[in-house]
Amino acid sequence: MAKIKVVEGVLKANDAIAESNARRLAEHGVRAFNLISSPGAGKTTLLEHTLEHYTRPRRNGANRFTSRASGWRIGVIEGDVATSRDAERIETFGVPVVQINTRGGCHLDANMVARALDELPLDELDALFIENVGNLVCPVGYQLGEEAVVAVLSIAEGQDKPAKYPALFRRAAVMVLNKLDLVPHCDVDVDALVEETRKVNAQLEIIHASCRTGDGLDAWYAWLDKRLGTREA
Amino acid sequence: MHELSIAEDLLEIVTRTAAEHNLTRVSGLRIVVGALGNVIPDALEFAFDVAGRGTVAEGARLEIVEVPVTVRCNACQAETVLNDFAFLCTECGSVDVTVLRGKELYLDSIEGD
Repeated sequence: MAKIKVVEGVLKANDAIAESNARRLAEHGVRAFNLISSPGAGKTTLLEHTLEHYTRPRRNGANRFTSRASGWRIGVIEGDVATSRDAERIETFGVPVVQINTRGGCHLDANMVARALDELPLDELDALFIENVGNLVCPVGYQLGEEAVVAVLSIAEGQDKPAKYPALFRRAAVMVLNKLDLVPHCDVDVDALVEETRKVNAQLEIIHASCRTGDGLDAWYAWLDKRLGTREA
Repeated sequence: MHELSIAEDLLEIVTRTAAEHNLTRVSGLRIVVGALGNVIPDALEFAFDVAGRGTVAEGARLEIVEVPVTVRCNACQAETVLNDFAFLCTECGSVDVTVLRGKELYLDSIEGD
């Protein structure tokens, strides 16, 4: 009987591919955001608002998109267990989108994203949103090459989720607290939710929003502008 | 359920290491898992049992060592082992803390002949 010391990280292979994805994105000047949430928390709707904001001229004719700083060119990778429904929703905005079906897999990994990057016109993009499979647990362990993890939490999920699933809320740079329009209908104490979240990650930026009404999304755009704007600052 | 992907990654390291050391059978694995690693030991054992069939590590026993989260306070430098996931310093109460341990997920050693 021999005992052999190994000490090798289990996700080392994934992390290495994630680093290569990150290098590739950086070479093309693309900033990637990995969106993680439960199923139905509002990731796709948040993306739809984001695309509306950045890729479509405002109806009142305000000249918001002449400068590059506000007219970001966006690509999307949609991760789902099955169907291309989210990609179809995103395609209506005329932006490059790649659907990854994990066929039962509970998370996206760096290799899936590497293959999706092959299909995207990286030279023509400033930002890439990667919508992970809806799941508060498994996606957290897999780096994809993103510059930041965006957590989306809907208040209908209950105020205990950050405490119950701390790894995501530690890893995320920002949390969009969504569906605030449902507060009157849910037994949730938003202040307590924020307090519980702060205990897990005091540095986490928390954006209060409702993707249904559009309330609060200006703070999300401001956060994105800050992240995207730093490249040319 | 990402334990299956983890089991497959583990198996890749195990079969490679076994070949390097001329082991024909791997009977035990020691795996270190941090509390922030989101790995359920029972699920990992089950997944490895399934993934390992027909390989050099078929039927291997898994020893899973769980590492609690330890943080260092950036204000007073004290180290705190967290009993729950309240990330704060028990010495001075600061929430400006850095995670030192608890994110581990690695194969520590294997046993076999």
